[in-house]
Amino acid sequence: MKYQSQAVALPYFVAAIGLFVGQILFGLVMGLQYVVGDFLFPEIPFNVARMVHTNLLIVWLLFGFMGAAYYLVPEESETELYCPRLALALFWVFLAAGALTILGYLLVDYATLAKYTGNDVLATMGREFLEQPLLTKIGIVVVALAFLFNITMTVLKGRKTSITVVLLLGLWGLAIFFLFSFYNPTNLVLDKFYWWWVVHLWVEGVWELIMAALLAFVLIKVTGVDREVIDKWLYVIIALALVTGIIGTGHHYYWIGAPGYWQWWGSIFSALEPIPFFAMTVFAFNMVNRRRREHPNKAAVLWALGTGVMAFLGAGVWGFLHTLAPVNYYTHGSQITAAHGHMAFYGAYVMVVITIISYAMPILRGRACNSRKAQVLEMWSFWLMTIAMVFITLFLTAAGILQVWLQRISDSPMPFMAVQGQVSLFYWLREISGVIFLIGLIAYLVSFFVKDGDKPATT
Amino acid sequence: MSGTFTKAMARNIFYGGTVFFFLLFLALTFDTTNALPKTDNRQNITPAVAAGKHIWETRNCIGCHTLLGEGAYYAPELGNVYVRRGPEFIKAWIVSQPTGAPGRRQMPNFHLSDEEIDQLIAFLKYTSEIGNQNWPPNIEG
Repeated sequence: MKYQSQAVALPYFVAAIGLFVGQILFGLVMGLQYVVGDFLFPEIPFNVARMVHTNLLIVWLLFGFMGAAYYLVPEESETELYCPRLALALFWVFLAAGALTILGYLLVDYATLAKYTGNDVLATMGREFLEQPLLTKIGIVVVALAFLFNITMTVLKGRKTSITVVLLLGLWGLAIFFLFSFYNPTNLVLDKFYWWWVVHLWVEGVWELIMAALLAFVLIKVTGVDREVIDKWLYVIIALALVTGIIGTGHHYYWIGAPGYWQWWGSIFSALEPIPFFAMTVFAFNMVNRRRREHPNKAAVLWALGTGVMAFLGAGVWGFLHTLAPVNYYTHGSQITAAHGHMAFYGAYVMVVITIISYAMPILRGRACNSRKAQVLEMWSFWLMTIAMVFITLFLTAAGILQVWLQRISDSPMPFMAVQGQVSLFYWLREISGVIFLIGLIAYLVSFFVKDGDKPATT
Repeated sequence: MSGTFTKAMARNIFYGGTVFFFLLFLALTFDTTNALPKTDNRQNITPAVAAGKHIWETRNCIGCHTLLGEGAYYAPELGNVYVRRGPEFIKAWIVSQPTGAPGRRQMPNFHLSDEEIDQLIAFLKYTSEIGNQNWPPNIEG
């Protein structure tokens, strides 16, 4: 590693991977509860497992983004981090806050948790993905601001590159749009309208800037392609992402009480949202094909290419499947949504964080890349997890199509729970795919500990 | 990417496009804000509805159910449950949970008082009357 302070990224990456494991375990619990309804009831009801599953995902991705920023920014800015000790202190604060929140979900009744964490003063809890107690939300803002201060100061005192500028824009946007999580009017339509300013403008907006910046950084490093070329692609991709994605928010406003014209705005602009993801795929393959060096870290290159493909499939194709208003009228809030959510989050954000970890972790551990044996195992984990996720998505899509047909289209619509019984075969198949995913994840963990006489290649 | 299309041009398209479309989004938001009173049923937001929404949130109902199609997909849509089942059924259902039927999905008992259940039902009634382009397609949600 070029700068000593990049080392603070290491604990962030370790925490990210640890919480990722927790997320998958709770995912498997929920998957089983879909078919064995009383599994772990009343100890861990479905809603608690889901809260843990989704909140762990958000927290570990944030750990990943922060770790990535601490690794990337000093190297890009060609200067040490403004304050490494602050970064390390924030790590423990964020980890403690995250752990306490998850333990709160698991050990304390949710209404009681709300009562003792100030929800009666300012009610923000009990909304999907924003279930965190008020104190946790305030903690997230404090950590985010201190983190942004540290990163911004580093960029200001060093070299400014397109990658750091785009990354900073994305990270600042992340913090700013999170502030809408504190706005929770009684009017349900307004509540939902601005809830999407956090959720949609994160994942289909500013997070794409972060993702594109991380991908661009890794591609520069592993391909040696000229920075001018990479930067140009970067700006084109994020321009496409925001031009389509901002008005694309409209695809969430079809059926929540907003004016009917959102069906037009939402359908047209969100139909274009696959384009930036497609550009990202072309970008990754194009840069790797034009590479000017053979980087010895083959696993990182594989993850970078995989991110492009899977983000396009999950966010792009599976998003497009149900984004047009006349289609969404039937698919809204069905297993189709769940299918899309899984592959999009995995393909875009999980994989880009693993890409940067795969590239940076060996360097943080004092070598250019891992041994061949470790890399082979990591690549096995790539294929196991990725193929398992493809099948999870396919089975949920099949369940969703059947669900929509039986419950919403057929001449004699069936009640929700009756339909759930009809499609349970696909839930079982999803759960089996989930176990395969876990096996892939275990292989990924083991790859960090593979000791081998086979010397790592040097560059 | 030919030589005539420069990085500066790409960067300008990004900044220009983002600012333009964000301003357009704000304009649409402004228009929506003005139009919402016609559809969002705000005239029926009573103290009971507000209390009901608070109960809805603090019991994490969204962790299993959808409301106007948003939430978890484990249990039935509740945006139109007031119309589908009616207040008496909803009340009887809530107090009789969990069913304890082996292998079936279980809903916790939240030990709500009669008044709290009435407030929750008032919230669900208000929600069912929001003008939302006639979604869901049929009564089953």
